[in-house]
Amino acid sequence: MALKLPIYMDYHATTPCDPRVFEAMRPYFTEIFGNAASRNHQFGWEAEEAVENARKQAADLITASPKEIVFTSGATESDNLAIKGVAEMYYERGDHIITAVTEHKAVLDSCKKLEKRGFKVTYLPVGSDGLISPDDVKSAITDKTILVTIMMANNEIGVIQPISEIGKVCKEKGVIFHTDATQAIGKIPFNVNDLNVDLASFSAHKIYGPKGVGGLYVRRKNPRVVLVPMMDGGGHERGMRSGTLNVTGIVGLGKACELAKGEMPTENKRVFELREKLRKGIMDEIPDVYVNGHSTERLPGNLNMSFAYVEGESLLMGMNDIAVSSGSACTSASLEPSYVLKALGVGEELAHSSIRFGLGRFNTEEEVDYTIGRVNEAVNRLRELSPLWEMVQEGIDLSKVQWAGE
Amino acid sequence: MAYSDKVVDHYNNPRNVGSLDKKDPSVGTGLVGAPECGDVMKLQIKINPETQIIEDAKFKTFGCGSAIASSSLATEWLKGRTVDDALAIKNTAIVKELNLPPVKIHCSVLAEDAIRAAVRDYQNKQTEPKKAEEAGGNA
Repeated sequence: MALKLPIYMDYHATTPCDPRVFEAMRPYFTEIFGNAASRNHQFGWEAEEAVENARKQAADLITASPKEIVFTSGATESDNLAIKGVAEMYYERGDHIITAVTEHKAVLDSCKKLEKRGFKVTYLPVGSDGLISPDDVKSAITDKTILVTIMMANNEIGVIQPISEIGKVCKEKGVIFHTDATQAIGKIPFNVNDLNVDLASFSAHKIYGPKGVGGLYVRRKNPRVVLVPMMDGGGHERGMRSGTLNVTGIVGLGKACELAKGEMPTENKRVFELREKLRKGIMDEIPDVYVNGHSTERLPGNLNMSFAYVEGESLLMGMNDIAVSSGSACTSASLEPSYVLKALGVGEELAHSSIRFGLGRFNTEEEVDYTIGRVNEAVNRLRELSPLWEMVQEGIDLSKVQWAGE
Repeated sequence: MAYSDKVVDHYNNPRNVGSLDKKDPSVGTGLVGAPECGDVMKLQIKINPETQIIEDAKFKTFGCGSAIASSSLATEWLKGRTVDDALAIKNTAIVKELNLPPVKIHCSVLAEDAIRAAVRDYQNKQTEPKKAEEAGGNA
């Protein structure tokens, strides 16, 4: 098969809808269009049946009960509902929340908003490998702590946190544990009981489902978690999320979960092998390349690398037929480079030089071969253009230079 | 964000990439920016001492496509100008020529800074000819 350009290698940002998911959704646009809350006619019953089927598919993927799944508009809403919902429900028990510096903005900004309302938040640091120590969580818990929220897999560097151990600590201390599992559920095995989680956020579009739909796992037993809703209205989703259900999207989410469950073992092996091929193909050819984040405790499809002496955005431009993302400030509206890389202690210079490759279901070996060639060519060309590379070749220690811009 | 055709052209075919002998008394070198900020430009000019005309200009840049294009354009504009005329190049002219969006204006400012730094370095060498000669002798 001929190589088709451009190549998509940004699967942490979003994924294409799997054609099988799309087919499952198709009848729910025009034929089966009922409101799942319409209890008195067939249109409603059919929609409700589809929703309940999807609820079971989602629950099966994470070994939960269907009653523990709340459908939302996506993981950002799930994170907001989990964090603010717990804070509002349990504020009489305490006012302390624990999270980590490398969390997604949906978590960090929810916590910051609660801080403004009087809650106290501890932002745990991470090691140079991006991992959080369960002991740090344990020692941060006080008798005022009502929630610990730690993501399972990081969206930038793909590192997988020791969720089971952190969950165990929380259980022992009687603190509710939420995990933003947006990058994890559907990508790596996730069992709510083995992992000791009480709340878990997930999203359809990260796992080959449609955008605009996600879910929140809410534990019903040991302990029973209750949330104050963010959306008030018709009392849908056991009162936790009012609003007419997005039946079509939910059907897609369910199908995506079913496919993920069935295909995970073979898909993970294949994607991991592609990732390793890419990593070796680049590192064997180019010096001064660093992998950001833990080398093995990471998502199979994630490769986050810094190419010293080359700026990230210019590197993206040099391989513009491959869609990846960069931790460089220049690619975002803010002028700060990635806060996640900075939290790992990666120097700002190397943060500016980082590229995130996200491999997934539809990438091929051919695409990886092509990418290796393009990356190596672009890095070599840009290093010839780089005054930093030239200085290093002359034996100058860049850290000792008095930079005019500082 | 889409780049203008001119930025893409300078990125793909950068003009005057390279280095001049920084110890040569007729060469002025400007090194501006910092790696932590994501931009470093090195811009060099070689001046004919008789005519004060810039006969050659070279650059190397660590930075985004707009930074590379700004410095590449600057070297094109510098060649054939007198030192005084070089100082007349303003960042706003670079912004206009390359159609830089607001978030990339700092790239043009850096290019202007690099020109000034290179001229200053050359002028310093002229006022301290002895030191420059010594340095040249060691090259």
